[in-house]
Amino acid sequence: MADKSSGLVQGTLDMLILKTLELEPMHGYGIAMRIEQISQGVFQVNPGSLFPAFRRLERAGWLASEWRATENNRRAKYYVLTAQGRKQLKGETREWAKQTAAIARILEAES
Amino acid sequence: MSLLRNLASGLRGLFRKEQVEREMDEELRGYLDAAVIEKMRQGMTREEALRAAHIEMGGAESVKEQVRAVSWESVVETLWQDLKFGLRLLRFNPMFAAAAILSLALGIGANTAIFQLLDAVRLRTLPVRNPEQIAKITIDHRGGASGSFSSRYPDLTYGQWEQIRAQQQGFSSVFAWGPTLFNISPGGEVHNVQGMWVSGEFFQTLGVEPALGRLLTPQDDHANCNSTGAVISSSFWKHQYAGENSVIGRTLSINRHAFEIIGVTPPNFYGVEVGRYFDVAVPLCAEPIINGEDSHLGRPEGWWLSAMGRLKPGWTLDHAATQLRAISPGIFEATLPPNFNPEQAKHYLGYKLGAFPGDSGSSELRSNFENPLWFLLALAGLVLLIASANLANLMLARASAREREMGMRMAVGASRGRLIRQLLAESVLIAGIGAGLGVLLARNLSQILIASLSTQNDPLFVDLGTDWRVLGFTAGLAGLTCILFGLAPALRATSVAPGVVLKESGRGTTKGRSRFGLRRILVVSQIALSLVLLVGALLFARSLNNIATVDAGFRQDGILVTDIDFTSLNLSNERRPAFSAELLSRVRAIPGVDSAATAAIVPLSGNGANHDVLMGTSDAPKDDAQTAAFNRVSPGFFKTLQTPLLVGRDFDERDVKGSPHVAIVNEEFARKFANGKNPVGMTFRIRSLRTISAPHEIVGLVKNAKYADLREDAQPIVYTSPAQYDHPDTDAQILIRSTAPLATLISEVKSSANQAHSDLDITFFPFQKMVQDGLLQDRLMAALSGFFGALAVVLAAIGLYGVISYMVERRRAEIGIRMALGAGQQAIVRLVLRETGVLLLIGLTAGVVLALASARTATSMLFGLKPNDVLTYAMAVAVLSTIAALASFVPARRASRLDPMAALRNE
Repeated sequence: MADKSSGLVQGTLDMLILKTLELEPMHGYGIAMRIEQISQGVFQVNPGSLFPAFRRLERAGWLASEWRATENNRRAKYYVLTAQGRKQLKGETREWAKQTAAIARILEAES
Repeated sequence: MSLLRNLASGLRGLFRKEQVEREMDEELRGYLDAAVIEKMRQGMTREEALRAAHIEMGGAESVKEQVRAVSWESVVETLWQDLKFGLRLLRFNPMFAAAAILSLALGIGANTAIFQLLDAVRLRTLPVRNPEQIAKITIDHRGGASGSFSSRYPDLTYGQWEQIRAQQQGFSSVFAWGPTLFNISPGGEVHNVQGMWVSGEFFQTLGVEPALGRLLTPQDDHANCNSTGAVISSSFWKHQYAGENSVIGRTLSINRHAFEIIGVTPPNFYGVEVGRYFDVAVPLCAEPIINGEDSHLGRPEGWWLSAMGRLKPGWTLDHAATQLRAISPGIFEATLPPNFNPEQAKHYLGYKLGAFPGDSGSSELRSNFENPLWFLLALAGLVLLIASANLANLMLARASAREREMGMRMAVGASRGRLIRQLLAESVLIAGIGAGLGVLLARNLSQILIASLSTQNDPLFVDLGTDWRVLGFTAGLAGLTCILFGLAPALRATSVAPGVVLKESGRGTTKGRSRFGLRRILVVSQIALSLVLLVGALLFARSLNNIATVDAGFRQDGILVTDIDFTSLNLSNERRPAFSAELLSRVRAIPGVDSAATAAIVPLSGNGANHDVLMGTSDAPKDDAQTAAFNRVSPGFFKTLQTPLLVGRDFDERDVKGSPHVAIVNEEFARKFANGKNPVGMTFRIRSLRTISAPHEIVGLVKNAKYADLREDAQPIVYTSPAQYDHPDTDAQILIRSTAPLATLISEVKSSANQAHSDLDITFFPFQKMVQDGLLQDRLMAALSGFFGALAVVLAAIGLYGVISYMVERRRAEIGIRMALGAGQQAIVRLVLRETGVLLLIGLTAGVVLALASARTATSMLFGLKPNDVLTYAMAVAVLSTIAALASFVPARRASRLDPMAALRNE
């Protein structure tokens, strides 16, 4: 299976994870599934990128984690967006919008 | 905030590693479970779902590794693992580890010890308040000066000091001081301790606070003080008075005068002279009391003081020096000794005072030993370099043995950096342990060095603290050696292309060439460096041999020098010669004494007196008057020293006061003043300062003898008889030639002297020991450079042996073929030795060039040979070649005894 997450722009995965957690705390597999579903299968995130990203975001203070029971009554580690993470997400979203708009303008001008 | 969290989380990862790992396992298992359930919901069977989920996930271990790599603590952890691995490797090869660590410990220890000494005598500042404000005040470029000198630093006279104190402006306060010896024994055998004359401002200017009692102040140091206090050092207090507080107020006898002890200095204060210490300090005004007739204080031509001062805030050294220059003419005008002749006066009035940095005090030790110490540091550095090269060689050998392992690991994905880190960890361990042991070793080595430089009359004290400079130096050395011997092999080992290494079967045939090159370069540089060290060692050894066997003009052994001081008897001038003669005849009567004589100046003691000699009887002083060295000796002096009398006679009972003045001269005198003719019968006059003596008739000619120093060229010497002069001494310095054991002789001399009078001060020292103490520097250089040279040669031999053995091992197949084709054993030995010959030739050539370039710096330390002495170089080359041949002969013979069949089958 091709790893499409490696096609992600560096740092984008972090933003996607933060965005996914904006509504509610989720566990690792849930986050991966959510990204896949919403992107309609364009992004498939593999654990080899996902878990290092969790560790990184936790260290940065944007995520917190806690152990909870899942819907299937199993124990899983849930990730929660912190206040700092919310601020970070806002900033990154704004920046992203600016950049994509700029790139779009350039591409249109060329064609 | 985020940094703090990162740190906390990292530490949790380090110390609660198991829990963190367990959580990670659980999380990954949960992920897998969730994936399986999801896939089964989509319609897969359980087996299919499990398989798909596992494939999706990849290896759980690799995921975990990636997660770990995110955090900093993993770096710490791999470092720790590398060190543990390195330690295991070292434990695996205890011989290698021991050899490596020991050679590094020796190298680093020797370097650290010498650096520690340099640091103490050269780099450290005085143990006083704000030492950077202290400056030394002295005459700039004084050159030759006339007068009488005493103390190690005869910079100024008392008159000059008084003027400086009154007129200087750049210093908030100034002080004068001078080192001396004090006899603290109230009578009998002399007990000398290190004394110091200090002006009243001494302790206040330096900012030294008393540890007990009070220190001397300007009120203690006033003209004609007749009772004064003495300050003692902390170490003297502990040794002599067991550190009791009741010491204050007790009486100390100094040259038979009672002084009250008023205070003790703090433990870290040793005075202002680096390399020495003081026991007792008394004010300058006490000098006439202690020295009596010999006092310098009132003499305008008595040089015995050294001055220092603390700069006023806002004044620079240059500024203060300018002011001192400006007041110089007035000061020297006011203090001109009245008995100077016009030449001397002109010279004297031209003096200019100057100010110099004084933050590290004065030090004779520094000026005598700074160059030798830097030189020794360079030698020790070379040894360390050779030891590092050896280690690098060993590491390279091990690296090539592990080439396949490295290639394999790189092939399965280990990064080069990671491998280098791991290889370096071992080097870091060796260097670290070596440096640790080296520091321990250095403490003892430097103490031994100091002890070997100290003599009974000249005790040294160096405050050998291990400060940041020493530690930094050692750490730097360890790091440097680590890079030298660890980095190159590590880079080498990991620079392989994995494919190439794995393809190669067993040992290589041609590819070894380039990898082998580095090891050859190492051995060549080892040979070159050890040749430099060997040349140095031989130069110093031959120099010492030259100076120890130089013809001094007398026999040094079997002579005891005793000084019997009868100042305390207060004899009148008229009675002194008779008492002195009585002492001499009593000594001569001791059984076992072959001969004895008095001498005003003991040869090679460093003391001396020079006067102008005017040949003929003419009164008119010639402009080109030349000087000769003078000594006053009793009859029997030449017999005692066994200096041959060539022509004429010795002094005898005819030569007394009132009879015509007579003199005995040496060959050099005859050459210089009598055009090489027999001088017996000629007359001359002696000019000292303004006075010109009555004519002296030369009655004898003796062989040249050394006067002040074994290194000096022959100089003209005039011997006169003390019986013919006024102002006789208040002591008798007697040279005794005897075959009796020293201890018996000493007690016999003591009891005979006691029969003459029971209240005398007596000092003893064996003549030969004094002469040998004068050669300390030569012996030190010869011993240490010899030690370093031997070490270097051994290390180079080991290096060469290693490389040749390795070469033989690599060329087994070739040698086997040669033998199979009929090459004899001798041919094989020649083949291997030729290899050595090439390396040796290159190494020796480079070494000779290096040695020639560097030996010049040792010129001033050598006696009787030049630094480019051909014989020395030839000897060094011969020694090194022989040892190199031996070192490579062993592997060569092993090669020649190869079983060709076995060698070829192995291929």
